[in-house]
Amino acid sequence: MSMFSIFGVSGSAVSAQSQRLNVVASNLANADAVAGPDGQAYKARQVVFETVPMGSNASSGVKVRSVVESNEPMRKVHNPSHPMADAQGYVNQSNVNTVEEMVNMISASRSYQNNVEVMNTAKTLLLKTLQMGQ
Amino acid sequence: MFTQLTAGLNFQGTALGLRAERQRIVASNIANSDTPGYVARDFNFREAMAAATGQGKLTRLAIAPPAASAPRHTAHFAITGTVGPSGTDKAEMGYTVQTQPAMDNNSVDLDRERANFVDNAVRYEATLRFINGYSRTILSAIQGQ
Repeated sequence: MSMFSIFGVSGSAVSAQSQRLNVVASNLANADAVAGPDGQAYKARQVVFETVPMGSNASSGVKVRSVVESNEPMRKVHNPSHPMADAQGYVNQSNVNTVEEMVNMISASRSYQNNVEVMNTAKTLLLKTLQMGQ
Repeated sequence: MFTQLTAGLNFQGTALGLRAERQRIVASNIANSDTPGYVARDFNFREAMAAATGQGKLTRLAIAPPAASAPRHTAHFAITGTVGPSGTDKAEMGYTVQTQPAMDNNSVDLDRERANFVDNAVRYEATLRFINGYSRTILSAIQGQ
């Protein structure tokens, strides 16, 4: 039954979108961080999606190819009393754009819901197919 | 005699297979709605059905007007750019035409794909009911009750 591969396709999309949501959560959590694990301020991350052929060319799933770090300049905040302040009194904060991340979050959640709905419909159709001839 | 009995069932069976195939393609499109550079795919159901069953049978059964006066599907899909036969017999897949170009070259129109998905699901179910009704008819003819 060829329709079973819908679960593979939509499942891969759901997993990729949840990874995207994970990255968004990490970005939002570190929006005000001044120091990351390497001593530098946190750099915003983005996922890069890639199409994966699944079986025939009719069905293609999606996966996260890589997670790239943003090269935007760090946000500089003037705060001379901060322990991480440099000679001029500036503190390097992460380059996370909160508005962008919120949009990313909404988009990821909508795509996730879309794919769940696709799986639900496919499941209903397959169950009805099982009852064929009864 | 038996082939005549099951000819209608075979036709509906082919239709069901093609509907499942289309459901799979639309699901792929929805799954890749955020992938940069992904090109949405689809196929013309009428042509795929004609290829799968043989022209003669379809013209007898088809109620749809000829393609020239039915712009609904031909306008949606550019069938010229094919990549070769898909999983089904001779159905040729085309690329959907972009309505609102995206910056990442992704040509999936999510609204249209969702509409296609629901439309195809309903038609799939309709085909299932045809099969069920047909088999019930044959059964009652066999049992003679």
